[in-house]
Amino acid sequence: MLGRPRAAWRCPAGKEPIINDLWRGLVQAIELILAGDAALAQIVALTARVSGTALLFSSVVGIPLGAFLGLRRFAGRRLLVALLYTGMGFPPVVIGLFVYLLLSRSGPLGALHSTLVPALFTPGAMILAQTIISFPLVAGFTMAAVMGVDPLLRVQVRALGATPVQTVWAILSEARVGVLVSIIAGFGSIISEVGAVMLVGGNIEGRTRVLTTAVVLETGKGNFDLAIALGAILLAIAFITNLAMITLQGRTFNE
Amino acid sequence: MSGPLYRLDDVHMAYDGRAVLAGLSLDVHEGEVLALVGPSGAGKSTLLRLLNFLETPTAGSITYRGARYDGDHAPPLALQREVTTVFQRPILLNRRVDANVAYGLRLRGRNDVAERVQRALDEVGLAALAHQKARTLSGGEAQRVALARALVIEPRVLLLDEPTANLDPYNVGLIEEIARRLNAEHGTTIILVTHNVFQAHRLANRVGLLLDARLIELAETQAFFDAPRDARTRAFVRGEMVY
Repeated sequence: MLGRPRAAWRCPAGKEPIINDLWRGLVQAIELILAGDAALAQIVALTARVSGTALLFSSVVGIPLGAFLGLRRFAGRRLLVALLYTGMGFPPVVIGLFVYLLLSRSGPLGALHSTLVPALFTPGAMILAQTIISFPLVAGFTMAAVMGVDPLLRVQVRALGATPVQTVWAILSEARVGVLVSIIAGFGSIISEVGAVMLVGGNIEGRTRVLTTAVVLETGKGNFDLAIALGAILLAIAFITNLAMITLQGRTFNE
Repeated sequence: MSGPLYRLDDVHMAYDGRAVLAGLSLDVHEGEVLALVGPSGAGKSTLLRLLNFLETPTAGSITYRGARYDGDHAPPLALQREVTTVFQRPILLNRRVDANVAYGLRLRGRNDVAERVQRALDEVGLAALAHQKARTLSGGEAQRVALARALVIEPRVLLLDEPTANLDPYNVGLIEEIARRLNAEHGTTIILVTHNVFQAHRLANRVGLLLDARLIELAETQAFFDAPRDARTRAFVRGEMVY
């Protein structure tokens, strides 16, 4: 059970302005962090693990796919790009439902009973769902970034002796701001996502509860100040992560 | 080495069914400066891309230092890396000038990068701009960086695709002087594509006229300009050809 440094506070409906809830929530967020609340630490760690792993997988798949679609012309490319763009706007809850059906005992993957297939209501299932949510964004934005690089660059680096792999690397390097944006977009789509992880994770305390599902739970229980505190922590994590990624890119953002 | 550096045998090149080169045969000798002149769309730049192994001919073959190259076979990477091109519109990497010049060396895993880059930048007169962002350079400076990044890898063959188009006389003179010195001191084979017949006259040992996807005439520079055999060459060198 998530710790509550102060006695639970109840706001008489309609009696206090919402700004007071927000203020108390922010204060409580700081208190929870300073108190080193174990339950909160576990939720934050799981959130970071699930979304971080999903982002890693979606980048490993999405960046090469985006580069391929941006650089190669082949039959069926338009169809693939249309599917990718559709994936970029797909509701996460629908993807959650899709993964739920895939992994359920009678589903095509769940029925395999393989150790390679994550079980429902585990972090593995949540990672799979979040990977599917974020990889179209990573691939789509990478494709757009690569297509924005002057096509003559490819010919000119090849003329300098670049192999095909070195050529793709040079183009990705030139498109690095766009590639970083693709990773940030992918991260944003999953760190704030609630529907899919709720469906496939089940919001089980100590096992699959992440920040977004904890916010939903506390809001449902009427603990608005705690929900706001969790929301503030979620926002802080998103901000710090994005800032770190931009800092890693160094001077590129100042060009 | 016996035999020509390049031998082009009945090379055809077509894009979407449109012939850009039609049955071109040509020998290029090691250490020469060959200029190819002709109107736009004659196939000059396509020929350079083939010579730099950036594209494969639709039909026919190119032999480079004994390695045959056609639609099915490309020469080994080591041979391909002996050739490089300076393009009419250089695209520099969004990095510092010295990083752009170092790029070809890093591709080859060379060690003495800093000294070589310094020498190449000295050669083109841009040592003072080594740490500047490449994208902030003027057109002439960018073209000199492009030349430096080609020189630094010490190519056996340097292909120049309209390298001085749209440049001011100072930069034209500088680039021509570097090309001349490279050929004289290092024996680098230079193949120059240009619209500028005066430049071809100044630099080349041999000159060829490409017209309508065909090599109309190829001769020693003096003979090409003073005693052209083909009526179309005469019209071209006298400036009577409207294109």
